[in-house]
Amino acid sequence: MELLVCIKQVPDTSEIKLDPETNNLIRTGLPSIVNPDDMHALEAALAVKDQYEGSRVTVLSMGPPQAEAALRECLSLGADDAVLVTDRAFGGADTLATSYTIASAIRHIQRTMNRQFQIIFCGKQAIDGDTAQVGPQIAEELGMAQATYACELSVDQAAQKAVVKRQHENGYEIVEVPLPLLVTATAELNEPRQPGLWSSIYAKRYTISHITLRDMPHIDESRIGLTGSPTRVRKVYQPPLRGKVEMLSSIDEGAKKVLELAYHIKPEKFAHLLVPNDVPVVDSTEDEGVDVKDPVQRAASVESVVPSEAKVEEIKPNTFAAEAAKSADVSKGGDR
Amino acid sequence: MAVTNFDEYRDVYVVADTIDDVVHPVTYELIGQARRIAKELGQLVQVMLLGENVQTEAEELVAHGADIVHVFESPLLKYYTTDGYTKVLTDFFEDHKPNILLIGATNNGRDLAPRMSGRMQNGVVADCTILTVDTEEGLVEWTRPALGGNILAEIISPNHRPQMGSVRPNVFKKPERIADSWGRIQLEQFDLKPEDIRTKRLDFIPFSKSGYNIQEADIIVAGGRGMGSKENFDKLYELADAIGGVVGATRPLVEKGWIELPYQVGQTGKTVSPKLYLAFGISGAIQHVSGISGADTIVAINNDPKAEIFQHANYGIVGDCMEVLNDMLAHLK
Repeated sequence: MELLVCIKQVPDTSEIKLDPETNNLIRTGLPSIVNPDDMHALEAALAVKDQYEGSRVTVLSMGPPQAEAALRECLSLGADDAVLVTDRAFGGADTLATSYTIASAIRHIQRTMNRQFQIIFCGKQAIDGDTAQVGPQIAEELGMAQATYACELSVDQAAQKAVVKRQHENGYEIVEVPLPLLVTATAELNEPRQPGLWSSIYAKRYTISHITLRDMPHIDESRIGLTGSPTRVRKVYQPPLRGKVEMLSSIDEGAKKVLELAYHIKPEKFAHLLVPNDVPVVDSTEDEGVDVKDPVQRAASVESVVPSEAKVEEIKPNTFAAEAAKSADVSKGGDR
Repeated sequence: MAVTNFDEYRDVYVVADTIDDVVHPVTYELIGQARRIAKELGQLVQVMLLGENVQTEAEELVAHGADIVHVFESPLLKYYTTDGYTKVLTDFFEDHKPNILLIGATNNGRDLAPRMSGRMQNGVVADCTILTVDTEEGLVEWTRPALGGNILAEIISPNHRPQMGSVRPNVFKKPERIADSWGRIQLEQFDLKPEDIRTKRLDFIPFSKSGYNIQEADIIVAGGRGMGSKENFDKLYELADAIGGVVGATRPLVEKGWIELPYQVGQTGKTVSPKLYLAFGISGAIQHVSGISGADTIVAINNDPKAEIFQHANYGIVGDCMEVLNDMLAHLK
């Protein structure tokens, strides 16, 4: 089978830190990686290749020349061919212009290399843009069926069909889809393999071919790059931080604060712990909590403690709850 | 597509998200936003409702602010399919030209929106969390998190119509139901044949029924890698039960199999907006934090005083998660 994997080289966003002085993002010096979901897309393609002898996995990426490193990583894992779609004219593209450019490159490969791709694999979404749009847009441009959010895949070459288990918010949908098909892979789909020795050597020696604007005479130049992008980024900013954090001095103080906050939201859950209003706060075993100089309190405490052990147990005082109950501001949580 | 006849594109359209003919809550959230945008632009709110038997739901949509509900009923629309929905909607939009089109950023919505934009050749902005209107230009400003939630980008679609975006669920409030509001419910005729739909649903396996909806919880007790072990993590359920909350977790814990996917909070999980969010042993990776920015109050518990999570919390407790947890449980006995 002819299999194609679309990958993206992305900055490792999990490594982004805030500058503690300025609270600005430190965006320089981030390592470049193959987008994590794309690694699952590649593994899915390699698994199909393992299943059907004679299959071939082509990896494609669009980006600057540095993205060759990402393609080489895919070759070292077992991909057969790698193609980089690269041209200054493609820069600044939004998802629609990107998908059109990639789809055009795919058509170009199919035509010039005589390969009809039966399955195209993409990652569910890239960690830099998080749009999850380029896959479905490629499928639409090429007129293929799509199965997004794949977490299981089985391919039947003879029947030219695939069965895909798709992730939903409330469960899994199992669908049968005819080939040709575009699949977007989730992390649940598989565990990516490690590079092999021979494939690593192959990856180092492999000459990655480039597809540029000039190579695609049929492309509609009004649909590529920044000018071909219907969307425009007007501004980019950092989300505002929550006000300054109030650090609580000890574990117990912290625990009490949390329970007080919870009490204000769900007082009914604490009803059984609260000291009834007409009963003063007393310690369950000793009377230390009572101000003995106050005759009213003293009298009340005697009455409530004397009758039976069981009753004392029932109204066991609870300092946080009592404090919370007294607190004037009962509706709000902390300050923002 | 790129247009010059902007006046022909009118009104704010919402594509209703339905599961088994029941409208997903995000649809109401979208109608609330559509109402606000429509008011600013002096236009109407129109809702596209697709399903097998959904007319009863149409009245609810009107009660929540739809001016016109277009109902498309067919056994072929019983479940969402990329092909079926894309065809019915884009066919309809050839004659009815929306100015603005809102789609819920559920998995189905995020499958549908880019596919439609490919067919209509218009811009689409994914997973928006803030919607504002530039009334002068008549443009929606779609704001969405990018770089794993580290930045917010405000995006416009100046020359293409419809202006389209998918909007993250549980970010906007559901509008109030007004029983005597009036609107038109219109049963639409359309052309959809079985062979138009390439995918065939074989089965649907729901997540365990005993589950809860973490997006509706007032209190969330969430655990991260700092919990150390599944045994420790499971103790969070005890606290959650006692204070009337539910348990959530970060992505690594879901990957470890300590808790199911529906309870994952963050960029690739659920966006939550509880009154109180307790972050136990959560380092504060931006991917997680971006999912909890809607929480009223966040308390972070972490033994590393330098943990990133403290920058995003209202209250911080430096200490061992289990000690804090046990201390709380002791108070509750």
